[in-house]
Amino acid sequence: MAHRWKNNLTRSDVTPHDIYLNRRQLLGGAAGLGLATLAGGKAQASELEPNSWEEIISYNNFYEFGTGKGDPAQHAHRLTTSPWTVTIDGMVDRPGDYKFDEIMAAMTIEERIYRFRCVEAWSMVIPWNGFELKDLLDLAGVQESAKYVAFETLYRPEEMVGQRFGTLDWPYVEGLRLDEAMHPLTLMATGIYGKTIPNQNGAPLRLVVPWKYGFKSIKSIVKITLTDKQPPTSWNKALGREYGFYSNVNPEVDHPRWSQATERRIGGGLFAKRIPTLMFNGYEKEVASLYEGMDLRRFY
Amino acid sequence: MIDALNTYARKVPVWVIYLIGGAYPFWLLWLGLSGGLGVDPAKAMEHALGERALQLLILGLAITPLRKLVGLNLIKFRRGIGVTAFYLVLSHLLVWLVLDVQLLDQIWADILKRPYITIGMLGFVLMIPLAITSNNWSVRRLGKQWRVLHKLTYGVSLLGGLHFVMLAKGFQWEPLLYLGSVVLLLMIRLKGIPSVRTRSRA
Repeated sequence: MAHRWKNNLTRSDVTPHDIYLNRRQLLGGAAGLGLATLAGGKAQASELEPNSWEEIISYNNFYEFGTGKGDPAQHAHRLTTSPWTVTIDGMVDRPGDYKFDEIMAAMTIEERIYRFRCVEAWSMVIPWNGFELKDLLDLAGVQESAKYVAFETLYRPEEMVGQRFGTLDWPYVEGLRLDEAMHPLTLMATGIYGKTIPNQNGAPLRLVVPWKYGFKSIKSIVKITLTDKQPPTSWNKALGREYGFYSNVNPEVDHPRWSQATERRIGGGLFAKRIPTLMFNGYEKEVASLYEGMDLRRFY
Repeated sequence: MIDALNTYARKVPVWVIYLIGGAYPFWLLWLGLSGGLGVDPAKAMEHALGERALQLLILGLAITPLRKLVGLNLIKFRRGIGVTAFYLVLSHLLVWLVLDVQLLDQIWADILKRPYITIGMLGFVLMIPLAITSNNWSVRRLGKQWRVLHKLTYGVSLLGGLHFVMLAKGFQWEPLLYLGSVVLLLMIRLKGIPSVRTRSRA
C-alpha cells in the first residue's frame, strides 16, 4: 500500500523538472502523517526547496567509488546495475532472490521530498521516487520473530574502485530496528526528479531514512536479512565511538569531532548562512514515538 | 640534470612565489563565486588552502635534504615558501571562521573541545613567531637564537600533518602520505645528512 505519508503537494505539481527549480515548495516536513497542516508547510516553505539535479548528482559520499565528494560522479558509471537481484533472507516466509524488475513490477512508485542530513553537517533537500520499504518486506513476509533488518551493498571491486582500498570493511552494511524499517517514512528510492536514480546516488535501489544521518541510507542494496539480533553497521564497526547504531539526526548530541547543532545547506553559494539542524531532521512528530523512553545520548 | 635545474632556479626571482601564493586565495575566492569550486565552495576553499599550506611546509622541509643529498640548491626560496605557507594557513583559518563555522561562540567551543582543531590551531600559533621573524633584521638581531627558533617549523609540520589525518573519515591514504612525508623528512634530519661534497671526498 503506497501513499501512507503525504507531502501537502500533489505529485502532478512536482514531477516536471523545471518546476522544482523555479517554484517555492509547500511541504510539511514537520506535519503529521497524512495530516499535513498548511501552517507547518508555510513555515518550512523556503527551506524545503529541493536542491538542483546537478547538486544532487555531483556531490556524493559513496566511498565504494572514492572518498572525495566528486569521486562517485566520476567513477560510478562503471557500475553494472542491470541485471540486479536483491536477496531477501532470514526470518521471512518467502526467502529468495528477487529480481529488480520483478520488485518494480510489484511496487507503486511515489514521490517523496525529504530533507537529507549528512553526519558531516551538510544537507540537501531531495525529491526521491521510490516505494516504502514496508511494501517490499511485506512481499517477502516478515516472521513474528524478526526484530531487525540488515542491509548489504554490492561488493564488486572491479567496478567499485573505492573497494580496492581498505577505507571501510567492505561490503558496506547497515541496519534498522524493525519498527524503523516498517515506518511509512522509510523509503526504498529508485529515482530522483522522476528519472532513474544515477549510479552515484545508489542505483538501482537504495534506502532513504530521512530522520537519520545519511550514512544509514545504504546504497546499491543486494541483500536484506531479517534477524532477531541487532546487526553490525559499517561506520559503527570502523569508529564505534563516533557512529552509533541509531544515528538519528539530533542537534543536541554532537559528533565527537564537530557540532551537530547547525548545518550547511548545499547550493547556497560561498556565503551561505548555516541553518539550525532540526530534531530528527524535522520529522520529530512522525518518529519521536519510536524512541520514547530511550536516552538518545546513550543510543546515538 | 641537477646543474640545469640549479641554473634554472637561479634565474627565477623569489618574488614569483609571493606573487603566486599571494594571489592564490583570491583566485579560489573568484572560483568559489563563479561556481568553479562545485556545489560546496566554502569547504572546497577551506580544503584547498589547507592542503596547499601543508604541501609548502613539506617543500620547505625538503630544501636542506635536497641540497645535501642531490645538490639541488633551492635555499633562496625557503623564506618565501615558509612565509607563503603561513599566509595560506591564515587564509585557511579565516575561511573556516567566516565561511564555515560562522558563529563566534561555536568557534571557541570547537577550538577547545575538538582535538583536530586544537592541534591545527596550535600549529598556526607556533607559526606566528616564525612569520614575524622572517626578515633580515630579525635574522641578524637573533643570531644563533634565530636558527633555534625556526626549528619550530618541524613541530608545525607535524601538527599540520596530524591535523589532516585526524579529520579524515575512515582509513584514508592521502593524509597518511602527507604525515609520512613530514616524519620521513624529520627522520633524515635526526640521522644527520651527509652532504654531497663530503661523500665525494670519501
